[in-house]
Amino acid sequence: MKITINVWRQKGAQASGRLVKYQVDHVSPDMSFLEMLDILNQQLISKNEEPVAFDHDCREGICGSCGVMINGLAHGGQLATTTCQLHMRSFKDGDEITVEPWRAKAFPVIKDLVVDRGAFDKIIQSGGYISAGTGSAPDANSTPIAKENADLSFDAAQCIGCGACVAACPNASAMLFTSAKIAHLGLLPQGQPERKSRVLNMVATMDAAGFGGCTNIGECSAACPKEIGLHFIGRLNRDLLSATIAGGSSVD
Amino acid sequence: MAAALTLNQSTIGKKAIMAVTGIVLYGFVIVHMIGNLKIFEGPEGFNAYSHFLRVVGEPALPAGTILWVIRIVLLLSVILHVTAAIQLTRIDNAGRPIAYKKVKRKQASFASLTLRWGGVTIFFFVIYHLLHFTVGTALPGFIEGDPYHNVITGFSSQVWAAPVYIVAVAALGTHLYHGVWSAMQTLGINTRRTEKLFRGIAVLSGVGLFAGFATVPIVVLLGILK
Amino acid sequence: MTTETKPQVETRKPVEYTDARLNANAPAGPLEQKWSKHKFEMKLVNPANRRKHTIIVVGTGLAGGAAAATLGEQGYNVKAFCYQDSARRAHSIAAQGGINAAKNYRNDGDSVQRLFYDTIKGGDFRAREANVYRLAELSVNIIDQCVSQGVPFAREYSGYLDNRSFGGAQVSRTFYARGQTGQQLLLGAYSALSRQVAAGTVQLNERTEMLDIIIIDGRARGIVTRDMVTGEIESHLGDAVILATGGYSNVYYLSTNAMGCNVTAAWRAHKRGAFFANPCYTQIHPTCIPVSGDHQSKLTLMSESLRNDGRVWVPKEKGDARSPDKVPEEERDYFLERRYPSYGNLAPRDIASRAAKMVCDAGQGVGPGGLGVYLDFSAAMKRLGENTVRARYGNLFDMYERITGENPYKVPMRIYPAVHYTMGGLWVDYNLMSTIPGMFVGGEANFSDHGANRLGASALMQGLADGYFVLPSTIGNYVATGGYSQVDSSHPAVAEAVNAVKDRIQKFLTINGTRTVDSFHRELGNIMWEYCGMSRTEEGLKKALTLLPALREKFWSDVRVLGSGNELNQELEKAGRVADFIELGELMVRDALERGESCGGHFREESQTEEGEALRNDDEYCYVAAWEHFGDPSQAVLHREQLQFESIKLATRSYK
Repeated sequence: MKITINVWRQKGAQASGRLVKYQVDHVSPDMSFLEMLDILNQQLISKNEEPVAFDHDCREGICGSCGVMINGLAHGGQLATTTCQLHMRSFKDGDEITVEPWRAKAFPVIKDLVVDRGAFDKIIQSGGYISAGTGSAPDANSTPIAKENADLSFDAAQCIGCGACVAACPNASAMLFTSAKIAHLGLLPQGQPERKSRVLNMVATMDAAGFGGCTNIGECSAACPKEIGLHFIGRLNRDLLSATIAGGSSVD
Repeated sequence: MAAALTLNQSTIGKKAIMAVTGIVLYGFVIVHMIGNLKIFEGPEGFNAYSHFLRVVGEPALPAGTILWVIRIVLLLSVILHVTAAIQLTRIDNAGRPIAYKKVKRKQASFASLTLRWGGVTIFFFVIYHLLHFTVGTALPGFIEGDPYHNVITGFSSQVWAAPVYIVAVAALGTHLYHGVWSAMQTLGINTRRTEKLFRGIAVLSGVGLFAGFATVPIVVLLGILK
Repeated sequence: MTTETKPQVETRKPVEYTDARLNANAPAGPLEQKWSKHKFEMKLVNPANRRKHTIIVVGTGLAGGAAAATLGEQGYNVKAFCYQDSARRAHSIAAQGGINAAKNYRNDGDSVQRLFYDTIKGGDFRAREANVYRLAELSVNIIDQCVSQGVPFAREYSGYLDNRSFGGAQVSRTFYARGQTGQQLLLGAYSALSRQVAAGTVQLNERTEMLDIIIIDGRARGIVTRDMVTGEIESHLGDAVILATGGYSNVYYLSTNAMGCNVTAAWRAHKRGAFFANPCYTQIHPTCIPVSGDHQSKLTLMSESLRNDGRVWVPKEKGDARSPDKVPEEERDYFLERRYPSYGNLAPRDIASRAAKMVCDAGQGVGPGGLGVYLDFSAAMKRLGENTVRARYGNLFDMYERITGENPYKVPMRIYPAVHYTMGGLWVDYNLMSTIPGMFVGGEANFSDHGANRLGASALMQGLADGYFVLPSTIGNYVATGGYSQVDSSHPAVAEAVNAVKDRIQKFLTINGTRTVDSFHRELGNIMWEYCGMSRTEEGLKKALTLLPALREKFWSDVRVLGSGNELNQELEKAGRVADFIELGELMVRDALERGESCGGHFREESQTEEGEALRNDDEYCYVAAWEHFGDPSQAVLHREQLQFESIKLATRSYK
């Protein structure tokens, strides 16, 4: 296969960027999208041109490092698939592909396709945990948890923090990410004592980071490689509103 | 009140304000639509209903009390709804200062993407509509206290009025098609299990209100009502 | 028996076990009391004084993340580092199957003693008893800790925790969270770490790579790092350094490890005096998706659980190019069932991998290049129905189809073994301290608990035991014992280490040769896989010892690294890692050559039974091989830590 790609090239955070067109020959349909970028980079180096920088690590869809906009869709738009798991067989010989970095005020570009997603870590630091110090735990089976709760909690906990939800949202909102963590912890009995303060703090940090608001459009959930449901955002809203009305207190 | 002020500090809180005020306005348009359809009862029925709205609550309450309470609630709702919308739109636009060169949507409905434009359309339409049928300055031959006459005249003497109304109520229908569901989600009433139910109610609201509101201008235009 | 035919392998004169630096420091007394006795005997640091002590933690996977969080909770001033853009992305996240713990919730006869025994046996009797016993003891606390942090383990309808069984054990002791156990455990550790970051006890440095260790007065006192965004080279000083930097499977280029996984931190420490133990012990996982072409950048593991219902086979005929459904039943070789009738398709990882290699070497392999065997679910689908198979393995089947474009419900999967885990690592004592005082090593980066072969669901257990429980105790003891002075960045050793790092970076950027870093890495991988992979021979290993120095030479004269050191430069990062991998490769080959027996993941063709099974040689090789660096891998000197088995009797591992 021969592929033409338009890649966003940007030297550094302060530099201005532009789309640059490259031709990649000898693309095999069995290659992953990132392996196609590897080939491009090998070509560029042999021509003494700097390779394209992009984030990637596990290449098996779980670490959440990779993620670019491919033809206007986060991770390329294939159901439940990260960029590293997207294969070239979903393209045709002669296709022209546009590749851009995630775009959000809260995700500034570092170089080429690499962005800074540190805002996600800040959100977690502001409350995305259960304060259980090492050694303080009772026996693991001392509190049974209904299977349904545990399963739903797991559904939310699967979030890989890749940022596709933000990238796909017309408002660059981080609500799906934040709601996944809130739901994961809020559905478990261990998460109850800090439930109200957690949601207030995490939402405040999310808003302060410069993400847009949610307009319930659903692009986030459709782009999510782990198929995190939009209903978790409803749960976040419910938690936030009740915590706000309670003034963050866990006692009536 | 303290909670309401705190609410206004987060994007979710602002949206909750929009959702609550939206539901108030939604309730109003449903009642309004039902009232409109009373036009099929003929001039007496329709005018009597209109009169009832102005005197409801009397004589237990001073003249016009309920009418004005409703008007104030509606006006406040509109102000809060629009203010929050403007603030949120600014936040949302600031969320992505550099646009994608190429962007596609996988999931978003037309209604969800045009919610704001629908809102703007409805806002200006409401002003026109008040001048047209309530105050009468936009309707030559307006007769205070004879709404049946005003409606028939409005749509039959001004040929462009009916299309304007139809477009506006289409915008309203589209706005609610997404807005009603969105309000349920924003207020946290929606769960996994209610997702389909609320989507259904939203679709029904959008289509139903459009149909209900568009009926009157169409039947007048077609000469069915005179 | 074939021991008689064991070739005379060139060996250095053994260095006596009395080498003081190889003292395991395991406390005396009965095995069951060692850890509690040790905990009591260890010195403590007053809580109010802890913030005055800085602990450097490199790596934020299960071991590093858990250690940094726990030390932060205790009040130490922690500086944590990771090369990823977020601590949550360390490769522990990719572990699928589960985590073992001797909870005995099934009442099926499990106990600390049994988990201890299974782990020692699984490791082919090449691990240290005291460390493994402690691991088994701590396993129960790990599950408690993780549950209290909100790790959503699988549960039964009763609400109690679910378990499943895993290879190498006859009890159900594996706790799991669907196929994403590593992810959930790591997110638990990451959330605990995040809490400490917010509390100000942990200063987290992402996108920061450790490039050297600073030794002052014989003790590890700090590290040199490169900020991967700005390129700034910085020194960080502290009281102790913890390396929790993972394994080195990427020496093979293709492995199931993440692209960024590297040996640099461990290798730099080795070059500064830390002994490297058992580098040749690598684990090859049998169920990976085969290589599809030269473009391949990494391999993807399919959970071992697939072998519960899938049957492994190849055509009996060599080079049989028929599609699998055209091969009649009697012309198929179900080689695992044939060779290991009692364990069949569930033979342990090392054995199943080697069997697959043997049939492929014999020309019976399937798929591109003949490097694959079938994993066939048609019998299971007939027996259980397609829906049951879908319920059990649906997500794995989907993943397979996404990668290969083939539908495993219709055609058999193709699998091939791939490098997955390295049991070897930096040598540590019972306190997890390396031969450099003040430098501790946790998780896959150390050599300690898995011997020559790791059992499934044990890596997560070890990482978290080290991070949550062992290191926070032993670090306290080290700090409280003291005996070292205050240092600051004006010390000449700091400037020396910083300059060495800067010079090396400058060197990479100025070679300006003709070949890319990846091309060298690929070549290294081919050599290692060919000669130091699933089975090893004296001849092959000796050949590798001529190829690797030549490759190193070529690398340093012909590599091309573009761009500058003052920006995000991914080629520069790779260059440093590959340079270290080439050196490590040489040490691995030397270690493999030195170990003339077959044990666990290390199979020497010269040491096998008549049936082709691994033949261990306890008389000569019942030791940990710990290598000391002297300028060059070819000059490294072997030290031996003799393994003493007091509570377990050495036995042959049989799965027939």
